[in-house]
Amino acid sequence: MAIDTKIASEAKEAKKKEMILFLSNSEEREHFLSKNNRKLLSDPLNDNNPITVQVLGICSALAITVQLEPAIVMALAVTAVLAFSNMIVSLIRNLIPNRIRIIVQLVIVASLVILVDQILKAYAYDVSKQLSVFVGLIITNCIVMGRLEAFALGNGVYKSFLDGIGNAAGYGVILIIVAFFRELLGSGKLFGFEVLGHKAAVAAESTGLYAYGYENNGLMLLSPMALIVVGIIIWVQRSRNRKLIEQN
Amino acid sequence: MDYINLFVRSIFIENMIFAYFLGMCSYLAVSKTVKTAVGLGAAVIFVLAITVPINFLLDQYLLRPGALQWLNPEYASVDLSFLSFIMFIAVIASMVQLVEMVVEKFAPALYGALGIFLPLIAVNCAILGGSLFMQQKSFTAVSEAITYGLGSGIGWFLAILAIAAIREKIAYSNVPGPLKGLGITFIITGLMAIGFMSFMGIEL
Repeated sequence: MAIDTKIASEAKEAKKKEMILFLSNSEEREHFLSKNNRKLLSDPLNDNNPITVQVLGICSALAITVQLEPAIVMALAVTAVLAFSNMIVSLIRNLIPNRIRIIVQLVIVASLVILVDQILKAYAYDVSKQLSVFVGLIITNCIVMGRLEAFALGNGVYKSFLDGIGNAAGYGVILIIVAFFRELLGSGKLFGFEVLGHKAAVAAESTGLYAYGYENNGLMLLSPMALIVVGIIIWVQRSRNRKLIEQN
Repeated sequence: MDYINLFVRSIFIENMIFAYFLGMCSYLAVSKTVKTAVGLGAAVIFVLAITVPINFLLDQYLLRPGALQWLNPEYASVDLSFLSFIMFIAVIASMVQLVEMVVEKFAPALYGALGIFLPLIAVNCAILGGSLFMQQKSFTAVSEAITYGLGSGIGWFLAILAIAAIREKIAYSNVPGPLKGLGITFIITGLMAIGFMSFMGIEL
């Protein structure tokens, strides 16, 4: 019975959309990287991106994109939490009473986030200070609850794990793109290295682009620009992939 | 005087949406019409104004390093602050359940309109964010926590009301296809946030 519904849901998923697979040329070796499973990983990177298409997880995403390093740490933290919470909820999905499922899910997610927070405090204290409350806010990141509700409650353990990894990667890609542009244009650095040359107090001592009178765009460091950069990413993505355009 | 300052700061300068992007998911999803936006905004004000003080008391008497001293001086070295995430979210989830029952009983039309988003207030980042920022700001009195919770709730309400009003009008404008819907909403929110930045530096 359970296998029947599983097969049916798999077939439905396969029929749902024709996808371009990033990994489609790797050879068909083992079952655990079958076509459907690969789609779980690659879909959220583009056609079903959690931020730009599903509109999930914007909450804590944008405030930490001023620099690349905290953005990458945040993406990794979300990957860990999302993959494992998806796995755990999928393991116990037949035991959770429907009424209290949100609270059960929140407790599972909160415990995982506490783990991540303690690990960050122990091994990456500076970054954890920079992220401040936004590590805690992974608990209420809509991406986690959204995927738990939409996927983990109805699918097997391994598939849920892959779905978690895929969606967190889709989220991380957007974070990294936004952080890349904000750090590069806002402070002329990448990972803290001055890639555009050094800006000295005296104009004659500046090197690189600054020697020609280039100025950093301080506006990029302010929070509103994160929203506008995401808006532009959505614009670019939907111009390339017109079936995502909304009708009204 | 301090309270007015804190109140105005939490509404305008440290606006949940425009300064920290908290609660963006429901902000984007429920802002298509003004009516539902008002309902959700009111629910957020209510939940924030209740959960922030409760979590403040929890933090003060249970969680922060040395908080258990009021029980017994021997507990001065106990630090339960790593539990704060799970405690805060438990308080929030139960409060949301309560609000949901009240709304279902007294305003069934609103309950129908809010649909899935009412239980999702529990996972609205603005609510948990309010509690976590409260913990960071180290308030000294519960009245400060109430002021902060109420202020940030009103700030969130103002933001969603404004974007809903703009989105109702923008339905008639000729927006480039790929920007329609989500894209233009992001850009408008960004522009509104730039507007709200002009409040920066106001001291009362």
